[in-house]
Amino acid sequence: MASFPLEVADLACRRGGRKVFERLSFTLGSGELLALVGRNGSGKTTLLRALALLVRPEAGSIHWQGKDVRAEPEAWRGRLAWLGHLEGLKGDLTVAENLLAAERLRGAPPAENRLDSALVAFDLPPLAARPVRTLSAGQRRRTALARVVLTQAPLWLLDEPLNALDAPAQSAFRTALKKHLAAGGLAIAATHADLGVPGRTLELA
Amino acid sequence: MSGFAALVARDLRLVWRRPGDVAVVLAFFVVATTLFPLGIGPEANVLARIAAGVLWCAALFAALLSLDRLFAADFEDGTLDLLLLAPWPLELAALAKCCAHWIVTGLPLALLAPFLGVAFGLEPGVLLALAATLLVGTPALSLIGGLAAALTLGARKSGALLALLALPLCVPTLIFGSGAVEALATGGDFGAHLAVLAALALVALATTPWAIAAALRQAGE
Amino acid sequence: MADLHFLANPARFRRFSQRVLPSLAFATVLMLAVGLYMALIQSPPDYQQGDTVRIMFVHVPSAWLAMAGYALLAGLGASLLIWRHPLAALMARASAPVGAGFCAVCLLTGALWGRPMWGAYWVWDARLTSMLLLFFLYLGHIALSRAYDEPERGDRAAAILALVGVINLPIIKFSVDWWNTLHQPASVARLGGPSIHPSILIPLLWMAATLFLLFVLLVLLRTDTEIDRRRLENAELQA
Repeated sequence: MASFPLEVADLACRRGGRKVFERLSFTLGSGELLALVGRNGSGKTTLLRALALLVRPEAGSIHWQGKDVRAEPEAWRGRLAWLGHLEGLKGDLTVAENLLAAERLRGAPPAENRLDSALVAFDLPPLAARPVRTLSAGQRRRTALARVVLTQAPLWLLDEPLNALDAPAQSAFRTALKKHLAAGGLAIAATHADLGVPGRTLELA
Repeated sequence: MSGFAALVARDLRLVWRRPGDVAVVLAFFVVATTLFPLGIGPEANVLARIAAGVLWCAALFAALLSLDRLFAADFEDGTLDLLLLAPWPLELAALAKCCAHWIVTGLPLALLAPFLGVAFGLEPGVLLALAATLLVGTPALSLIGGLAAALTLGARKSGALLALLALPLCVPTLIFGSGAVEALATGGDFGAHLAVLAALALVALATTPWAIAAALRQAGE
Repeated sequence: MADLHFLANPARFRRFSQRVLPSLAFATVLMLAVGLYMALIQSPPDYQQGDTVRIMFVHVPSAWLAMAGYALLAGLGASLLIWRHPLAALMARASAPVGAGFCAVCLLTGALWGRPMWGAYWVWDARLTSMLLLFFLYLGHIALSRAYDEPERGDRAAAILALVGVINLPIIKFSVDWWNTLHQPASVARLGGPSIHPSILIPLLWMAATLFLLFVLLVLLRTDTEIDRRRLENAELQA
């Protein structure tokens, strides 16, 4: 039963009276990556938001290690690292302040000692003291990805992680993702482009 | 609780980076109250009679004016999702946001009001009473207004709608806030009014965080 | 509530309302004819107020229905938020303007009654002021439910507002009463039996029942319309 950490069964979502997807089932084990592909409007983002319990599914269940995640939503949220299509960064705070504030908002212990490695992973140390509003789209995306790394959560939910990233940043992302998977982490990413990391694919119609 | 403190601290730091936003609200409060003597006439006894009501109404409007960005900024840059995904109750996050709003709006309004009261010819004792009622009552305005802000998140014309939703719900606070000051000036029971005002703030404290959290969740869907 | 669950499905509601509406409309018209005869002709004029007292036969039931209507909105809101009944949203959308309408009738008849009674169309009487605030709450509900591009979001936001509003209504009423206690105390809803004369009480209760039927009729009709409208919008989405 609990052989896979994440089991999704018969999930169905409806948005504005329209069925986005239904009877969606998959499992994901330790160290596995699931790439969500499909055309615009096929429900990739909705699925990610349903997994994070941001959207209430119409039917179906989500189990983590055999337990329904809706029984303990706060514990479930603590296991997630989230990257939405919006970065979730405050323009008036610096890169470092944004990362530390996000960690503190999760109620996590002070992250100053872990901050450097997360910044280095995405080549951010030179930008650490810059207010985010002065950054380019790609630099913001890198900051948001550094936040995901800093979170140290077992399951990453990523919406178009490669958006706006240049080639070096894409390779930095691949390195970080591989490291996360190698450590037994799980990741689900909605994507148009090839992530460049071996994993399973789920196509949404 | 660490998440709660972190959220209050983050919001205060954001305001600190842009102090102009708070200054505009306080300036509105000053300018709006100044208009009443100009519109009604400078008769000292009339002004003293209406001072409490005018200052309370102006404080209410000023608080509401500053509220439409309370959750909208987080909604637009995606940090609302991070709040929704934080592993502690969203009700506490709602309370933290309103708490930060009160510190940068309700508190300075309460401290500023006695100075404006002087211009209306209020006695020193009444000035203190005015500040006390605003200190006790403005948390309710931040909470009720916060609910209206959460409900109108992503709506068309949210600013005017926010005021339409919040104003009727703020009526009890307004009645007992200005009523307390008037009670003191006319020899009524100030303490009883202030106690009811505190009770109203407590009711808002006990009910609105849940409603705000529910509104934020449905905004996130 | 469990017995009403079958109505949660819009299609079944539709069949139910189509069956009920004609006889309900007939009953409403019939009762209204009888009620108006009782209120305008049969009942005696008041020894102080004369014929103006007859305004009461519309004014008082309208106030009751406006308050009951807001309670209905709160109930529908709870039903939408807890059980996600799709019909609750449509019915709330349909009934808010009806409740607001009765509230407006109450305020207007109050003003008409106030002119001969107090010599002014509007006085800041506690009960009228409470009604006015209730009217504002209705306006907020109506505006909020229609303020979103996605109607579902407006439905849920308005549902939360209705629940908060219904908690705050007694507080608002208490505050306004405190603020101004001029009006005569409520004499019909008093415990231990009504103290007004049967010749006035019977037409009053009759008119209350009639206007209640009118309320139900309007809500059912408008809910039907909302179901059609939502179906049309969804059909456009699917296309």
